[in-house]
Amino acid sequence: MSALLDIRIITQRQLRLLTRVPEVLIFSTIQPVMFVLLFRFVFGGSIDTGQPGGYVQLLMPGIFVQTVAFTLAGTASGLAEDLKKGLIDRFRSLPISPSALVVGRTLGDSMLNIVVLVVMALAGLAVGWRPSSGITKILIGFLFLFLFGYALSWVGIYVGLSVSDARVVQNVGFMVTFPLTFLSNAFAPTTGMPRLLQYFAEWNPVSTMVAGCRELFGLQNEFGATAGSFPSENPLLMSIVYMGLIMLIFIPLSVRKYKNASN
Amino acid sequence: MKSVIAEDLVKTYRDGEVRALDHLSLDVEEGTVLGVLGPNGAGKTTTVRILATLLKPDSGRAMVGGIDVIKHPDKVRQIIGLSGQYAAVDEILTGYDNLVMFGELYHLGKKQAVLRANELLERFSLTESAKRPIKTYSGGMRRRLDLAASLIVKPKVLFLDEPTTGLDPRGRLEMWGVIEDLVKGGTTLLLTTQYLEEADQLADEIAVIDHGKVIARGTSDVLKKQVGGERLEIVVEAAHIEKTQAIVSKVSGNKSSVDAGIRMVSAPVSTGATALIETLRELDAAGIHPLDVGLKRPSLDDVFLSLTGHIAEEKEEAK
Repeated sequence: MSALLDIRIITQRQLRLLTRVPEVLIFSTIQPVMFVLLFRFVFGGSIDTGQPGGYVQLLMPGIFVQTVAFTLAGTASGLAEDLKKGLIDRFRSLPISPSALVVGRTLGDSMLNIVVLVVMALAGLAVGWRPSSGITKILIGFLFLFLFGYALSWVGIYVGLSVSDARVVQNVGFMVTFPLTFLSNAFAPTTGMPRLLQYFAEWNPVSTMVAGCRELFGLQNEFGATAGSFPSENPLLMSIVYMGLIMLIFIPLSVRKYKNASN
Repeated sequence: MKSVIAEDLVKTYRDGEVRALDHLSLDVEEGTVLGVLGPNGAGKTTTVRILATLLKPDSGRAMVGGIDVIKHPDKVRQIIGLSGQYAAVDEILTGYDNLVMFGELYHLGKKQAVLRANELLERFSLTESAKRPIKTYSGGMRRRLDLAASLIVKPKVLFLDEPTTGLDPRGRLEMWGVIEDLVKGGTTLLLTTQYLEEADQLADEIAVIDHGKVIARGTSDVLKKQVGGERLEIVVEAAHIEKTQAIVSKVSGNKSSVDAGIRMVSAPVSTGATALIETLRELDAAGIHPLDVGLKRPSLDDVFLSLTGHIAEEKEEAK
């Protein structure tokens, strides 16, 4: 019971940080909206998707996934900052369970994604995105996105505690998320990639998430499912497996790392 | 009763390459203040981190409030407060938000946490800045808030790790005042510092540590006596330094030293005021008029020098 209370207090702290530093919320929202607009208008005209409604239908799930993937960097750099300033020492000297502290943080950081996803969806609608599968499936799609961000924030905890400097963490975060999101079906079909990369791209959890969301948002052509590999045939199942694996590995790792954390 | 006991603590970093604690033992009597004094890298922070359950020693034993720190860290956390150089508060949140959050994390309940926060803000003269983010606070205010956060549940044992490092003189004096008040209330306190006068001012007993072990302990008077009584200091004009040196050496029976920059001749003396009068007579007879004379009790700096053979030097703090 008291663990739940602790989780709530830490979650509240993460949310309060957002209201105290509105810039974080503003820029976390502006950047993905900017991506929506740039990709929609720069590539949208020249990529032929063979899809009614054009490129933006395929683009939006890709950008959603890319954006929630950046939760990893956000959690990691926030945690590294707290560690450097000694706040983690203070938390760890309190009579509360270390898992409550990390669970609260991952939850708080993931909440930010709800706001960001809503704003992006609105921006998408404004530039022609029209999901056609009905409200239930659309909501399930967003639930998948939220959970993916949540799973990755556990990786963020581990990275944040392993790398000592917040700026380095930010870079590491980008170094992981950029290749992962671009070596996927998120922005362009994987068919144009060299054979080896195609395999990587199809097994990439970002691709299964994107393909899964495309399916849930009502698209026929999922843009890149070509080699007939298992993940591209069963993107939602594979996404669930990936999220489960990530949490199974990184929750215990991160909690243990946190218990022994020191600046 | 001993509130804090550390026995034979050993802690090495980087696979044994850096030995932060080398069989360190100390204890603190209930209701008293122990000042742990030493230069950067002597092992002060490591000691505090082990006692405050943040770090496990490689070997050795530690008890706080009668509870084994290594076996029951969760129980120890309920009775300690930690504040200092590295333990901190949230800079983005306000002082009030911080204290309420920590109060809630101690499971006081929202209402009690708010009451306690206001009480502590009042007590540390922070009420006016309660609703401002910590990052707008001065160094002294920040330390006071940090200290307040460690007092939320009235800890049985308080650890303050270099509470005034980096503060300006005014901030330091304020902090000393706050800590003195606390100690009057009977809190058991272990305080680390690299300022000799701070240990002198605040601590009942002082443990001097160097290279990860305690090299001396006692009250500041006892430590000062270990260095050997008082020191005679005479300032004369440059031309008279040599003659004065001879006289001081003769009277004191000790080798005198000269600080040419301030033209001061000094030597340890065992007979105090008598030596002073005798020296002045001889100087007068030699036609030398001293510019300044004095009898100085040794500072803790002198203690450190005579204990370690070197001035309190800094080495890279192992973290």
